[in-house]
Amino acid sequence: MKLVIIAGPPSAGKTALIKQIVSNLRDRMKIAFLKIDVVKAYEDIELENEFGILTKKIYSGDLCPDHAGVMVLGDAIEWAAENKADLFIVESAGLCLRCSPYLNQGLGIIVLSSISGIHTPEKMGSMVSLADVAVVTKIDLVSQAEREVLIQKIKEIHPHVVLLETNALQGTSLQRLFELICNSADISEDNLYLKGNPPLGTCTICVGKKDIGWRKHFGVVKKLDGQIADYLYRGE
Amino acid sequence: MITELNILPGLNKSGIKEDFSELTLKAGETISIVGPTGSGKTAFITDIELLAQGDTSTKRHILINREIPEENIRYNPALKPIAMITQNTKCFADLSTEEFLQIHARARGIQSKGIIDETIELANIFTGEKIQKINKVTTLSGGQTRSLLIADAILIGAAPIVLLDEIENAGIFKQEVLEIIHGAGKIIIFVTHDPVIALHTEKRIIMENGGVKKVLDQNELEIYAARNLVELDKRIGVIREELRAGNIITRELANLNFA
Repeated sequence: MKLVIIAGPPSAGKTALIKQIVSNLRDRMKIAFLKIDVVKAYEDIELENEFGILTKKIYSGDLCPDHAGVMVLGDAIEWAAENKADLFIVESAGLCLRCSPYLNQGLGIIVLSSISGIHTPEKMGSMVSLADVAVVTKIDLVSQAEREVLIQKIKEIHPHVVLLETNALQGTSLQRLFELICNSADISEDNLYLKGNPPLGTCTICVGKKDIGWRKHFGVVKKLDGQIADYLYRGE
Repeated sequence: MITELNILPGLNKSGIKEDFSELTLKAGETISIVGPTGSGKTAFITDIELLAQGDTSTKRHILINREIPEENIRYNPALKPIAMITQNTKCFADLSTEEFLQIHARARGIQSKGIIDETIELANIFTGEKIQKINKVTTLSGGQTRSLLIADAILIGAAPIVLLDEIENAGIFKQEVLEIIHGAGKIIIFVTHDPVIALHTEKRIIMENGGVKKVLDQNELEIYAARNLVELDKRIGVIREELRAGNIITRELANLNFA
C-alpha cells in the first residue's frame, strides 16, 4: 500500500487536489481516504459521493489536530490495509503549523495557495521544510512573475522539494504528481514514525489544570527566573 | 536556441478535436489570438506557458523545436524560456517593488545589480504614474502593476517566448510596449481585442468555443490598415492624455480629421 499525507492551511486547495488525484488514479488502484479535522469536515462525504471510494473522518475536538492525527494514524493505516487499499490518502487539518504530519515513509505533500501571501512558506516551518512535494495552487489568479517569486521563496526554505504549480479545480499540470505517487514505494507498516519533532512535551496546563505556580504542575515547567532545563520538574 | 514552437491539437469545449494537425510559430514572428470572450484565448496561451503535455483542460501538447521539452524546462523558472503577462492587475505579495524584483531576478538566475533600477525605469515609460522602489506591490494601481509586470517580463523574464494577455487594458501606453517588445528574434503572442495590435501581427489565430477556428496570415491591405490605425491610435492617445491631465478640448483637437 502506498501512503500520501497532504498538509496545508485551510482553503489552500487540499481537497481540490485530492479530487484530482482520486479521479486520475482510481482506475489504476483502490483508494482509501482519511480526513482529520477539528470541528467539521465534509471532504469524506464529498469524495465518497463523487468517486465511491472508501472514506473515514476523525474530529480531534479538544485535542490538538496533529496530536489526534498521530494517535489515530496507526489504526487508520491498518483499516486501509485491511480493506485492501493500494493507496491511502490522509488529509490533515493543517492548523497550528508547529508540527508536520509527514511520516518517514510515503509521500508528504504541502499544498500552498499562490494568493496566501509571500511570507507564508517561511511561517509554515516544518510543514514546508519536511515535505517531499510542494503544490502551488490557484495559479490562474496571479501573474507569472508573482508565482515565480513565491516558488523562489519555497525553494529558499526547501531547495530539494519537488515543486508543482496547478489550478487544482482544472487539474492543470498534475501529470508529474500522479507519476510520483504511482512510483512511490509501498510502506511497511511496522516501521512508521513522524519525520518531524513533536512539540516540547505536554504538561498539566495543556490537559486543563488551572492552578497557578510551577509547584502545582508537572511536565515541562518554568519559573519566572531561570532556564527551562534547570527546572525540569516531574512532580512530587 | 528556440527556433520554433509547435502546438498539437487538443479538444474544444464540446470535446471535439481541433481542426489542425500542427501549428508552428517561428522565432521572430508576432502572433495575435482573437475571438470572443470565453472562446479559449487565455487557455491557449496558458497551455504554452505551462508547456502543456496533454495535462491541461484542453489536452493540447506544446513542443519546442519539435521536441517534448525536458522536465527541468517545465518546472524551473530559471530555465523557463517563456515570459507571460497575464490579465492580473493585482499583486498579493507583501513586498516592496525592489524586493519583489530582487526575488524574481534570483528565481530567474540573474546576477546583474542594475537590473532592478532598469526594470523600474522601463515600467515608468509605460505608465503615467511613476513607480518608486519603496512602493509595496500590493498598493500599486492596476496600470502600475501591469507596467511593472511587462517591464519585468522583458528584462527579468528576458525569455525568447513572450505571451501578453490583453495588454491594451489598464491604461498603459501600448505603443511604447509594442515598440520595445518587437524584434530580437522572439516569438511574441498577443491575446487581444484591440484591432491595432491584431492587425500588427503577422499571424492571427481565431478562437471559438475553446478551440482554434482558423489561422490567418497578415495581407498587404492589412499592413497598410495597421499603419493608419497606429496614427489614429496615437491621436486618440493625445486626446486621452489631455483629458487625463484635466485640460479641456481645444478647437484644434476637436477638428482632428481621422479620415
